[in-house]
Amino acid sequence: MDFEYLLQLILNGLFVGSFYGLVALGYSMVYGIIKLLNFAHGDIYMLGAFSGYTLLTIGAGVIGGQASIAVLVVIMLIAMVLTGTVGLILERVAYRPLRGAPRLSVLITAVGASFALEYGIAVSFGPNPRVYPVRLGNEAFTIFGARLTYAQLAMMLIAVALMIGLDQAVRRTRSGRAMRAISQDPKACLLMGINVDSVITRTFFIGSALAGAAGVMSGAYYGKIDFLMGFIIGLKAFTAAVIGGIGNLRGAVLGAIVLGLLESFGTAWLGSEWRDVFAFGFLILFLTVRPTGLLGERVTERV
Amino acid sequence: MSNVLEVRDLVVSYGKVEALRGLSLTVGDGETVSLLGNNGAGKSTTVGAISGVVRVTSGTITAFGKDVTNAKPWDLVEMGIIHVPEGRRIFSRLTVHENLQIGGYAVSDTSVINQRIKQVYSLLPRLAERRSQQGGTLSGGEQQMLAIGRAMVSGPKLLMLDEPSMGLAPLMVAQVMDVVRDIREQGTSVLLIEQNARSALRVATRGYVIDSGVVTIEAPAEQLRADPRVVEAYLGK
Ligand SMILES: Nc1ncnc2c1ncn2[C@@H]1O[C@H](COP(=O)(O)OP(=O)(O)O)[C@@H](O)[C@H]1O
Ligand SMILES: [Mg+2]
Repeated sequence: MDFEYLLQLILNGLFVGSFYGLVALGYSMVYGIIKLLNFAHGDIYMLGAFSGYTLLTIGAGVIGGQASIAVLVVIMLIAMVLTGTVGLILERVAYRPLRGAPRLSVLITAVGASFALEYGIAVSFGPNPRVYPVRLGNEAFTIFGARLTYAQLAMMLIAVALMIGLDQAVRRTRSGRAMRAISQDPKACLLMGINVDSVITRTFFIGSALAGAAGVMSGAYYGKIDFLMGFIIGLKAFTAAVIGGIGNLRGAVLGAIVLGLLESFGTAWLGSEWRDVFAFGFLILFLTVRPTGLLGERVTERV
Repeated sequence: MSNVLEVRDLVVSYGKVEALRGLSLTVGDGETVSLLGNNGAGKSTTVGAISGVVRVTSGTITAFGKDVTNAKPWDLVEMGIIHVPEGRRIFSRLTVHENLQIGGYAVSDTSVINQRIKQVYSLLPRLAERRSQQGGTLSGGEQQMLAIGRAMVSGPKLLMLDEPSMGLAPLMVAQVMDVVRDIREQGTSVLLIEQNARSALRVATRGYVIDSGVVTIEAPAEQLRADPRVVEAYLGK
């Protein structure tokens, strides 16, 4: 195998990985703070794609068919606010009343929420795929013989910027510190005067907004969206979060990159029909061999 | 002397278990009040109810003249009531410094937080040395100091400590009590829960003995130290 091909596979893997990463972060944040597997999270991504679709359809007359990255960024920001809001409503309505309930009830609720979002969109937009009103240009450049479009580069940069922004916020800000503290001991946080509910709300908002951003980017890049598009990416994001160590944000990004690369190389060798088999094979492998993931800390149970 | 805290006829149940059955107590401004009692007597439940993390079935809690029965914990912290829980419960994967910053969560002015953290560091230099270490790496005594320091950053008017000497070596217990004394000197009112009655009664001005969810004895500390019932039950020979 020559070097250019190898580099191409790496770039493809990183590109796909950056999508997974944006979605995996929300998964991991929510799990980290309230130990909830939000199976509706992939559908928030789908919702982001549909929000972008709607906004672009409304605005199509104004901007024409070929969207600039700048326009897309504005659309993306609006979609992030919308999906973030849906995420926090989801938490209020579906999850908060069940806090402290058995895990199974919460899990069933999450699956129910997922169906509600999927079929809500199916009813509103119809079950058939929609073609995104804009397509990103195909102009590409080559680095060391590997090909990357400007749109791909821009999307990767946006993803990286969002990830770094989140990482720094969690590490350095008052809210971020509160999130980390709640993930360790919510009761002690109450005693420290932290309004735990409002921090959880914020967490859902941020995680959902990131998934929404990924949804818009995916729509604009792949050009087609449908109401079930969140299902597979939700599972992929979950896989990425598990590979990295669920609850650990840097781990989620690392897991997403690893998963993107695995898929890129795996499909190159075995054929693209093996892509998902490959991903979920790794999910199972990690769950059995190393459930704490690459960066996960050993779980110390409090007595 | 006005009271910072008045608890009247407090009843708390966990399901069928009635943990408090009409408990009443007061803490005056600047007082250090000790709450003694055996395991399961209801001490932790009492402070939990005051700090808003345990639901009150009936009775009233008044703080600084305001009814705060079943108030939200974060509102109580903002009013200046802070509760250092049993078992310390510091954040073991945050640094010492971050733990202290969390203590200032309810304070909006960052310069005030930093000022208080500085005071904590000068009162407890061991914490200053370990400021970048994760909380979980500290010894038990240091963790207790951190838990108290963290509470002080909130700028409390009433500090409630739940068994701060639990599991500590005698020398460490003495140091913790010294810190409590220092805090009292600054004018903070203290509610000190202890099974270790000997050291608690040396710091406290007044004390209550509770048993099965009610107060059985209330008296000034020196009187409790001499009370044969207390001597027999809590002070040993
Ligand atoms: N979360 C709880 N659920 C059920 N019972 C509890 C709970 N917490 C305390 N209790 C019971 O309430 C009573 C008082 O407990 P507690 O306030 O912790 O006592 P103390 O702090 O004096 O040791 C005990 O009988 C204890 O078993
Ligand atoms: Mg107790």
